[in-house]
Amino acid sequence: MPTTTKTDTLLDFTDVQMTFPDGTVALSGVNLTVNRGEFVTVVGPSGCGKSTLLRIASGLETASHGTVELDTDRIGYVFQDATLLPWRSVQANVELLAELHKTPQAQRAAKAKEAIDLVGLTGFEKHLPRALSGGMRMRTSLARSLTLDPELFLFDEPFGALDEITRERLNDELLRLFAEKQFAGLFITHSVSEAVYLSTKVIVMSGRPGTIVDTFEVPFDMPRDPEVRFTPEFAALVGKVSHALREGHN
Amino acid sequence: MADSTGIAPRLRRRGRNFGPGKIGLWGPPTALLALIIVGAYIANALLGTRAFLLPTPHVVLGKLVDPKTAPDIFESLGNTALVALVGLLIAAVIGIVWAIAMSQARWVERTLFPYAVMLQAIPILAITPLIGFSFGYDFPSRVVVCVMIALFPMVSNTLFGLQSVDRAHRELFRLQGASRWTILTKLELRQATPAIFAGLRISAGLSVVGAIVGDFFFQRGNPGIGALIAKYSARLNSAELFASVLVASLFGVVIFLIFGWIGRRAVGKWYDFG
Ligand SMILES: Nc1ncnc2c1ncn2[C@@H]1O[C@H](COP(=O)(O)OP(=O)(O)OP(=O)(O)O)[C@@H](O)[C@H]1O
Ligand SMILES: [Mg+2]
Repeated sequence: MPTTTKTDTLLDFTDVQMTFPDGTVALSGVNLTVNRGEFVTVVGPSGCGKSTLLRIASGLETASHGTVELDTDRIGYVFQDATLLPWRSVQANVELLAELHKTPQAQRAAKAKEAIDLVGLTGFEKHLPRALSGGMRMRTSLARSLTLDPELFLFDEPFGALDEITRERLNDELLRLFAEKQFAGLFITHSVSEAVYLSTKVIVMSGRPGTIVDTFEVPFDMPRDPEVRFTPEFAALVGKVSHALREGHN
Repeated sequence: MADSTGIAPRLRRRGRNFGPGKIGLWGPPTALLALIIVGAYIANALLGTRAFLLPTPHVVLGKLVDPKTAPDIFESLGNTALVALVGLLIAAVIGIVWAIAMSQARWVERTLFPYAVMLQAIPILAITPLIGFSFGYDFPSRVVVCVMIALFPMVSNTLFGLQSVDRAHRELFRLQGASRWTILTKLELRQATPAIFAGLRISAGLSVVGAIVGDFFFQRGNPGIGALIAKYSARLNSAELFASVLVASLFGVVIFLIFGWIGRRAVGKWYDFG
């Protein structure tokens, strides 16, 4: 890991609990750290509080108990839907965040162009979201977050609605971006194999109230070789995570 | 997204290419019109001595080119159009501002919405003395009637549009620390544009109705086609009466079409504006 002047820890949850006003306890006793250079994925049964975890990390929600420390203000947040503004072209959608930060026009156009290139959407700048496929919309959404140069990237099941092939391709692109841009990631998914393939660490959560029941270090090298998915070691790790997931469910 | 579902092609068939063509669109109303015209001739023949009550279509149309009546009718129509347009403009501004105010806080909405509904329920006839007393019996009062009739759809449509913003979109803006003003101008109002234009189209039609109703009560100055209709009706000039009613309703249709067109121009690229 590179030595930096800043601390290595970007995000730190200590004994975090989330109780909603209606009494729903979504998270309980969650301890979690995301370090620079790490890509952490979270798997867990539906409704266990995974989205809530990200919402707390991003500041959209405040934990009712425990402490959350965040060592950056450059956070990218990719939602489950692409959440593009339907009246804006790809270019204008990607420029949005910089526009909200009052970045001058020329500068944000350049930033957007770079991000659009990075996600492979060059040539589609003028298209409206409705003229794009689901995968391209997700790429646009990714590009939009990239313009912030995030140090921490939060992903809430971004590829859940996509077909298998598109999903795999986007996984590879994400790995490439991770290698190139050196952000840290906190990634939520329902797919155990996606979790293992993408991350340096997989966290398994129990059913509601969600708490962390198991953590697995992923030993495979980064940048990751797509072929790793077809090795017995990969299959074994996927098996272990799936098992822990099933255990935690009860 | 996934296009492999069996439903997609069936849905698509309703699109532009498969929807009713020009003939399908204009055919039925044209056929009905023909039927009405034939019916008018028959009825006219059957009415005998009282045939003057229901003039034949060519006599009615003749009034629209007759130099004795046509200038009156079209000049009045112009006056009506002006009142309707000014009324619509004022209704649009008040309606949009009103809706924005309501969208800012729940309590504002709860406080103001009942009045929007009440406004719609007020019988104009009952308060004409009040309007006349406050605004006179001229142009301003005719506009006030217009505004009162056209306001509600602007308020309710705009409010609906502002409130139809996605939660995720709102959070996208909040995450960047966007101000209320930024959220209003870059998100809410943009999201609401189709609804606002739909409201405008309804209100435009109502505004024409309002202008004509206003003419009945406030006839000073240069009254519009409503005053003319009242005059012809009192004198039993039925051909002239039908001619002016025809012109007034055609004007309403044209206004509706124009605002539909404007709406499609404004948001048609990203929204299927009806
Ligand atoms: N604002 C809220 N008020 C009350 N309860 C809430 C609220 N937001 C979420 N919850 C509840 O908290 C629990 C966790 O929700 P969350 O969306 O974090 O789950 P999740 O793990 O992301 O589920 P999924 O995998 O289906 O997306 C759920 O039971 C949900 O109903
Ligand atoms: Mg979720």
